[in-house]
Amino acid sequence: MSGESNGGFSCPLPFHENSVVTLAHGGGGNLTRQLIEKIFKPAFNNPDLETEHDSAIIQVTAGRLAFTTDSYVVQPLIFPGGDIGSLAVNGTVNDLAMSGARPLYLSVGFILEEGLPMETLWTVVQSMKRSAISAEVKIITGDTKVVDKGKGDGIFINTSGVGVIEPGVKIHPRQVQPGDAVLLSGDIARHGMAIMSARKDSGFQNQIESDCASVSGEVRNLLDVEVHCLRDLTRGGLATALIEIARSAEVSIDIEESEIPVCEDVKGACEILGFDPLYVANEGRFIALVHPKDEDRALHIMKKTGNDARIIGRVKESPEKRVTLKTRAGSIRMLSLLSGEQLPRIC
Amino acid sequence: MKFVDEYRSAESIQKFCRAMSEIITRPWIIMEICGGQTHSIMKHGIQELLPPEVTLLHGPGCPVCVTPMEQIDHAIHIAGQPNVIFCSFGDMLRVPGSEKDLFSVKAAGGDVRIVLSPMEVIQIAKEFPEKEVVFFAIGFETTAPANAMVIFQARQENLKNLSFLVSQVIVPPAMRTILASPENRVQGFLAAGHVCTIMGTQEYEPLACEFNIPIVVTGFEPLDIVQGIYMCVRQLEEGRAEVENQYSRSVKKEGNLSARRVIEEVFQIVPRKWRGVGEIPQSGLGLRSSYSMFDASKRFPRETKNCEADSPCISGEVLMGIKKPTECPAFGVSCTPDSPLGATMVSSEGACAAYFHYKKVNL
Repeated sequence: MSGESNGGFSCPLPFHENSVVTLAHGGGGNLTRQLIEKIFKPAFNNPDLETEHDSAIIQVTAGRLAFTTDSYVVQPLIFPGGDIGSLAVNGTVNDLAMSGARPLYLSVGFILEEGLPMETLWTVVQSMKRSAISAEVKIITGDTKVVDKGKGDGIFINTSGVGVIEPGVKIHPRQVQPGDAVLLSGDIARHGMAIMSARKDSGFQNQIESDCASVSGEVRNLLDVEVHCLRDLTRGGLATALIEIARSAEVSIDIEESEIPVCEDVKGACEILGFDPLYVANEGRFIALVHPKDEDRALHIMKKTGNDARIIGRVKESPEKRVTLKTRAGSIRMLSLLSGEQLPRIC
Repeated sequence: MKFVDEYRSAESIQKFCRAMSEIITRPWIIMEICGGQTHSIMKHGIQELLPPEVTLLHGPGCPVCVTPMEQIDHAIHIAGQPNVIFCSFGDMLRVPGSEKDLFSVKAAGGDVRIVLSPMEVIQIAKEFPEKEVVFFAIGFETTAPANAMVIFQARQENLKNLSFLVSQVIVPPAMRTILASPENRVQGFLAAGHVCTIMGTQEYEPLACEFNIPIVVTGFEPLDIVQGIYMCVRQLEEGRAEVENQYSRSVKKEGNLSARRVIEEVFQIVPRKWRGVGEIPQSGLGLRSSYSMFDASKRFPRETKNCEADSPCISGEVLMGIKKPTECPAFGVSCTPDSPLGATMVSSEGACAAYFHYKKVNL
């Protein structure tokens, strides 16, 4: 995994001296400079990257800016289909995309744990570089701190991002109207189950790949049709996203279980652990609530990614603000928020 | 997915519901014993597909729900010790003891770990020889073979730093208690398919005979459950009281003999207190004396206090099928999955949590 994701290059820091991150790498002295010059700067190299000054300076155009921040903690740091680096870039890019913005710039804050293998940091940073290129964003400012061994979990990353919203783009739950179609961009629950199955104690033999990816390009194509609301399906999954939108938009949403794609491996892992895929996290899937006149065009655009996009339901006028699921068995039940994380069942 | 999708097909399920409507002539009350079935019934909305004459009551077959508070408190006591790695199935961490739960022990710095399989604790014990590793061995006959196997292996490998807080329970004595209660309303049972996969079906014969009640060994998918209910209704309508096996793709009459052997090797039948219900004679599995060196309750003794809390929670009556979760004054008001008063609101297999989570649209 790491050799491949490094694109054939290995970490440029002299390993005999610096095979692991030490407290001195966060001390602001020579080793900090070495980390910036040898690892961060080559990866994030762009004209706007500011390593000599306290802030990056960007030209502001007329119009509206979207601004978001998110922090990333995950174990294992590298998992099938991604790593904490690709997660930190794509997660923030996707948050910007969900407001209809074109993502432009990211900041990156690293909190590294003393003893982290430099090779791991290198792999993660290279992955961030590739994700940023693919999502067409620039990483223009950053910070690194190192905490004592045992006080972190390898790497924590915070990314903040800004993007521009073109005139006329209005994406917000308040735009949602009865009759809107609910489109899902692809099969669900991959990321959460990839992380579960990648943990060394899971005992799963099949490798489930995370869906971790930028959806920014797909969303930009979608802005040609009348999209009312977008939401990425991260923590809490599809069910939580739908419930939040129904509450904010003060509408009800009906969805069909048989229209929600879940790949066989993910379905199997969910069955074994007693997880409901509707609540499992995704990192490259979103829902779009689209005016019915444009639903076929929107579906056509979303299907181009090959991720099995579907129309899974519809918005209806109702003061009850609830999400109902028509089950495969033919019954109807209400979806509600979970109290916390799903826990594996006992038997 | 093969072996799943065909048991969730609306067409097949409706076929059995229609067949049930054709034969049913009066109201019947049927209890599914297993919490896994309760969860499936609520998740797939099965009750609304059934003829209105069928009322389902939800039985005590949720291991998290019936583990007595004293055992939870004992687990919390052990998990809080400085040199202990306390391992448990995930759901147990949220169950309230008399003062706190295992999650709060973890938050306070205790080394509390969720394991997916009991076999993991062997590895943990070997990896941390300087620590005392304790596993919370709970569950019904379904978890008993794997838990017994780990204890057996611990003895084979002479692992000195591993012990087990055992709170295993078994189903048939609980069914007997429900049937013998003067408040009993249950007219037919769905027995738990996975329990019978291990234990077989023979021990249900005397119950069916003595209490003149149909018992249908049933699986967990919607089609299994609807078919199990249909078989039960058919027996009731025909005046029969037999043990029938709906889950024949998994359950043999004699059960799984290897699994039964390892249970027999490690465990013996003991009386056991069930949370909300009280002590049921001969309803638990405890360590045999030849395995008593692995008994965590002896290695980390604690004075046992009777601590059934003074609470509006009616989980005992819910577990016995006397009341439905919605009949509890605290349900959804002072008792929710965010702040549960009783264990039936904690586990995904608990009837109250299932009712809360899968609220029917007309609620």
